[in-house]
Amino acid sequence: MSERPLAGSARPRLPRGVRLQHSAAHGGDVLLGPERVFKADAIAAAVLKRCTGAMTLDEMVDDLARTYAADPARVRADVVALLSGLAEKRMLEW
Amino acid sequence: MVTANEGRPWPPLASPRTRGAVDAGRASGGEPSRAFREPSETSQPSAGREGIPPPLGLLAELTHRCPLGCPYCSNPLALEARAGELEAQVWARVFEEAARLGVLQVHLSGGEPAARRDLEDIARAARAAGLYVNLITSGIGLPPARLKALAEAGIDHVQISIQDSEPQSADRIAGYPGAFARKNALATEVVQLGLPLTVNMVVHRANIDRIGAMIELAAALQAARVEVAHVQYYGWALANRAALMPSREQVDRALAAVERLRRAYRGRMVIDAVVPDYYAHFPKPCLGGWGRRSLNVTPSGRVLPCHAAEVIPGLEFWSVRDYALADIWARSPAFQAFRGTDWMQEPCRNCPRREQDYGGCRCQAFLLTGEAAATDPVCHLSPNHGLLKALAEEPAQPYRYRRLAADKTAGAR
Repeated sequence: MSERPLAGSARPRLPRGVRLQHSAAHGGDVLLGPERVFKADAIAAAVLKRCTGAMTLDEMVDDLARTYAADPARVRADVVALLSGLAEKRMLEW
Repeated sequence: MVTANEGRPWPPLASPRTRGAVDAGRASGGEPSRAFREPSETSQPSAGREGIPPPLGLLAELTHRCPLGCPYCSNPLALEARAGELEAQVWARVFEEAARLGVLQVHLSGGEPAARRDLEDIARAARAAGLYVNLITSGIGLPPARLKALAEAGIDHVQISIQDSEPQSADRIAGYPGAFARKNALATEVVQLGLPLTVNMVVHRANIDRIGAMIELAAALQAARVEVAHVQYYGWALANRAALMPSREQVDRALAAVERLRRAYRGRMVIDAVVPDYYAHFPKPCLGGWGRRSLNVTPSGRVLPCHAAEVIPGLEFWSVRDYALADIWARSPAFQAFRGTDWMQEPCRNCPRREQDYGGCRCQAFLLTGEAAATDPVCHLSPNHGLLKALAEEPAQPYRYRRLAADKTAGAR
């Protein structure tokens, strides 16, 4: 449930009724949920594509920091902010 | 687009000023989330045919038939008969065209969509077109087996209307004995199937003092989201305005209660509220502006910029039976009539909020002033703003239940 803080061992996933898909007409990826549409920029999409319930947050951060040659601490802060915000809107769970 | 960032350093989440590839070109203020934004109109790509941004949502009114008689219904008084309803295969074509045009979500609504025996086929076609499928239902006519079939057909989300937290009052408002019990049962069945549930509660004089209990009921039903919608006065609701309008004090108490509960349920249940606009200071930017974000297809296939648009005389609506949806969106006279800001008069024309609220609702402007291009009287700058206070204080009347007058004739084929 989203009320729990997002721990490193948590496995974030998109709940049923929330989908990430590509939209040619809108020129990018969109995250769709109940009465909600978000456009994902490339980084957000890269984060969300890793939210399958298979990876832990720690694994996601390592993977993203490697892929983008970025500071893991900064990646973690950004990912946690992004995912927590979505969880508050019931668009993500772990 | 999406590939551009792979391999680049990690800035996009770091600064609110940084914009991803999808936002190219449009300026908008500070957004709530760094990597995401609500695709409010300002974030749409300006591409699209003839410079018109693509729509995001399509409201599919599959039928006007409905077993309930809710006096706040926003359907038109002249309900369309079954004989003229679009066939499922026409809906399938409309969904494919909608997806190509840019529509992301379809709302299967009515009337009661379950009144159509081919609802499962229609839902399957919508999902096959790649759309996010919302089912908006009264809950009547959806036994468990049928709900399961719809889940298998690919619906993504179910929205159920509940009229009150008190069973007797709820059934009286719906004009249908047993409605409350059936709706509660369906809500449970939706959650058991693992589908996200929204409970929609329309608020008016008869139930507004129980708004807290209504939200608690939605939470008890494990809704992921509750929509608290103060009545908007169109169609049957306008005919029943004197019976439905709450007092200013009731509205103020209700707004405070909603805010309290929004904090209490943060992270557990999303509470979206449609504010009561007769008591507002600024008008609502109806559907984000005329012909900017969504379209509405009536049971017979007429395409409207909003569900109430047929009240405005002289507008020419095109039908999906005659035109492709992309042509209707880009070129039909009704969509062009109030698109953008060129049609505006003062005080809208030079108002700094003109691209924020688009002069408010065109239908309401017409219904209250007789002129569709007037400023929505909800706006405190409207010369007609005083009208609203008088209207809000009309003496109460009994309900005029929504009924399909043509049922006996057209429905009997």
